[in-house]
Amino acid sequence: MQFLPELILLGAGLIIFVVSLGKTNADTTRNIAIGLGAAIFGATLLSYCQTGKLFFNAYQVDLFSQVFKTLIAGAMLLVLIFGHKLKGIAAKVHPEYYFFLFMSVLGLMMLVSSVELISIFVSLELSSFAVYIMVPMRNDEGEFRFQMEAGIKYLLFGVTATGFMLFGMSYMYGLTGSTELSVVIEKLSTMWTQPAAVIAMMMVLGGFFFKLAIFPFHFWVPDVYEGASNETTAFIASVPKLAAVAMLIRLVSLIGGEGQVILNVLMVCAVVSMFYGNLSALVQTDVKRMLGFSGIAHAGFVLLGILTFQITGYANAMYYIIGYVIMNLACFLVICTVSENGENVQIADLSGLHKRSPLMAFTLAVGLFALAGIPPFVGFMGKFMLLTGALREGYMVAVVLAAINTAIAIFYYLSVVRVTYCSDPEERASVTPSMMTNVASVFLLLAIVIMGVSPQRFVDFASTAVQTIM
Amino acid sequence: MDQLISNPAYPHILSILIFLPLAGAFLLLFVRNEYFARYWALGVTCLTATLSIPLLMAFDIGTSKFQFVEQATWIKSLNIQYVVGVDGISILLVLLTTFIMPLCVIASWSYIKTRVQAFMVCLLIMESAMLGVFVALDFVLFYILWEAMLIPMYMLIAIWGGPRKIYASIKFFLYTLAGSVLLLVAIIWLYIHNDYSFFIPDMMWQNYSSTAQILLFLAFFLAFAIKVPMFPFHTWLPAAHVEAPTAGSVILASVLLKMGTYGFLRFAIPITPEATMTLAPYVLWLSIAGIMYGGFTALAQHDMKKLIAYSSVGHMGFVTLGIFVLNTNGVEGAILQMINHGITTGALFLCIGMIYERTHSRELRDATGVGKHMPIYVTFLTFFSLSSFGFPATNSFVGEFLIIAGTFEHSTVLALACIPGAVLAAAYMLRMLQKIIWGGTDNPDQSWITDLNAREIVTLAPLLFFVFWIGLGAQPFIDLIHVSVENLLTNYHGFHSQAVAVTELIIH
Repeated sequence: MQFLPELILLGAGLIIFVVSLGKTNADTTRNIAIGLGAAIFGATLLSYCQTGKLFFNAYQVDLFSQVFKTLIAGAMLLVLIFGHKLKGIAAKVHPEYYFFLFMSVLGLMMLVSSVELISIFVSLELSSFAVYIMVPMRNDEGEFRFQMEAGIKYLLFGVTATGFMLFGMSYMYGLTGSTELSVVIEKLSTMWTQPAAVIAMMMVLGGFFFKLAIFPFHFWVPDVYEGASNETTAFIASVPKLAAVAMLIRLVSLIGGEGQVILNVLMVCAVVSMFYGNLSALVQTDVKRMLGFSGIAHAGFVLLGILTFQITGYANAMYYIIGYVIMNLACFLVICTVSENGENVQIADLSGLHKRSPLMAFTLAVGLFALAGIPPFVGFMGKFMLLTGALREGYMVAVVLAAINTAIAIFYYLSVVRVTYCSDPEERASVTPSMMTNVASVFLLLAIVIMGVSPQRFVDFASTAVQTIM
Repeated sequence: MDQLISNPAYPHILSILIFLPLAGAFLLLFVRNEYFARYWALGVTCLTATLSIPLLMAFDIGTSKFQFVEQATWIKSLNIQYVVGVDGISILLVLLTTFIMPLCVIASWSYIKTRVQAFMVCLLIMESAMLGVFVALDFVLFYILWEAMLIPMYMLIAIWGGPRKIYASIKFFLYTLAGSVLLLVAIIWLYIHNDYSFFIPDMMWQNYSSTAQILLFLAFFLAFAIKVPMFPFHTWLPAAHVEAPTAGSVILASVLLKMGTYGFLRFAIPITPEATMTLAPYVLWLSIAGIMYGGFTALAQHDMKKLIAYSSVGHMGFVTLGIFVLNTNGVEGAILQMINHGITTGALFLCIGMIYERTHSRELRDATGVGKHMPIYVTFLTFFSLSSFGFPATNSFVGEFLIIAGTFEHSTVLALACIPGAVLAAAYMLRMLQKIIWGGTDNPDQSWITDLNAREIVTLAPLLFFVFWIGLGAQPFIDLIHVSVENLLTNYHGFHSQAVAVTELIIH
């Protein structure tokens, strides 16, 4: 039972592999994939209350990991549902695409349970390599082949980040003589005064900064977001971020006492991410690129919660990343639906969306206003709690800078809403989302509002989950 | 929590007022019938107005405490509560909001032709948020409603506005949001320094350090001065007013602008009294600058809506002047003037909307000489214009008189400086009035124009009634606010005498 979701995922991978051997039509493949996705989500729910240790204590199943597994599976299922047409991927590679998707999710699920350096590395690589292949699987669009460029960039930046991480891990092993996280941290706690310990920790965190797209590991974001197909981007922009935040919380929460000198580094990363992301997003014309830059800024906000070194701060960061994934998925749902043949969506392509599909326009507006942090949506509550937590620890400068960022960010979100609601569709075709997409968008809308209006239950729950790993 | 009184006869009246329009808006989302949408919005706003009457009847004018209080825990871990209540400072603003909204619906009856349901939904959400802002006693609740108002107002301007609606709506949104982000930081700071409580009455009259007070005051000032809008933060206002549909202009002028001045009274003065003392002279001179600037700019406008918009800058300058002279006459005059401006300027925007519906132009020269063909219309317009520049026997006279009397008490120089503003108001209003009623020899042919219909008369008549009621018998209105104002000022001066005593103690 403890390993059920991962086993089901492996099984799902096998089934899809078998499907890829024969010649199935796109609809069947899609239905199989969505069915498997639902089964995986069900399995995470079933194994929700499990606890225990597996594989010689390298793999820890606790409430924290199970919550994140459920979230990862849920987000994956949503991506599968609204991206079900896989418009940007050639039909003949659909089964392979789903196979890599499942393998990547498997890596992420293993990652949130890993408490040993080698298994962290292996799971991270499993999740990354699958995505490196998913990016260039996009249909060839003309001669530019920018999906290849995106794939290569993603691979190179990813490998560099992994290199940093491995280097940090080698330091950790060298300093402590163990790869088990609990032992490593316990021994490191006496040697935070040595620069080597701090550098080792920073480098390991760097690997997760890459997944979460925090400065200075963010360079891949805009090109990969633009080059990958809409469905792949929706996946990259949401699911791995959940796992990255889980691992950041797991690692940072173990740092005690003197180790908090890395606080200053984290704070600089957070603030620079916000400014870099928001200022760059101001001038984008491609919606995915814009959301990519906004994602960098939001990652900075998440870090603001983590660097408080408090349980409430971790819980706020968890609440914020869940909210972010929901808001982001709402926006990507619209992008995937509006894009006719899987091409990229420019901001101008959203013109008059309110006439072409009222529900999609509404979803996009709510998603963007929520990302901008306008109440009563989840984005506001998340930001508010993060700022409160950070100010409570006395980080006045960071809080003021973060607040200023909120004001900068509103401009580009608002300009997309403006296009959606205030311009004419001209000759653009109407958008007809499928039934399943409609259901998914209503679900996301409700989640955005409910999480924003009554955050109490969610934050309490996040605190309980975080407490299990302290 | 001894500042609160709940009223057993009306235990949930404020929540009903807040959530009724919201519920109405929610139901309207599922309706596809335009006629039904209009009648439904009218019904909901009228019902809200009717339900707000008991608030006035049962309001105890003998206390400065918050009345009709409702309290419930909302977010426990952050100690955020749902607390609402009214006192003398907010009661008139609540009533102004509930009574102006049905008029906005009627004014949009034939003006809004596209996406009627969505328009009405925005109006109703606006009403909920505005009422909530005036009665919220928890700072987070206040901030959430304050910000939530931006989205429907943005939509009102951006979708149903005039030719430059995109520019105007974005400017409005950015200005207001940029102003209020530091307010959020101030709120969190206050929360941490008040035993982790967002309860507004507990934050008042505390001894924060001088530096903290100055910084808090600046954060408040930026947010509220943009909303008022005070010179030099006013540039969003003419754009937004000119481009908004009639109902949007009315809501902006009558209610939204009052939130800034309400914020000064509710937050800036009680929470940062020391900083208020230090910075009041600057605010007073900014008010004078606003009065003069608004007046001169209004004099030069040929777009009627812009003219009224700039006149708002001037009128609101009087209000901030009254608030920051910090004596009974000044503050009471300021609150009364907030209501008067809501009534008069709202009415003037309605009048201009009516002309616009006929001529499809806001240009003064296209509306010259309509007096001959629209006798009823110009009668209304005349009274509202007279009221706008504070003609005796109209409402603004009482308000401006009190403000100027208060200013004289405070400083003669300041009072003399604001007098030209009152003269300017007469100049630009009479100029507009003269052109609309008589015009010159080159009037365009207006013979096809029709006078007001019954619906339009019904829209304007209640406002005219209030113009004269407040103008001739303002005492009941002043009685409503008197005790709260006295309490505010006693506390304020008490705070300072205490501070002086402490300083003397330290010196000796």
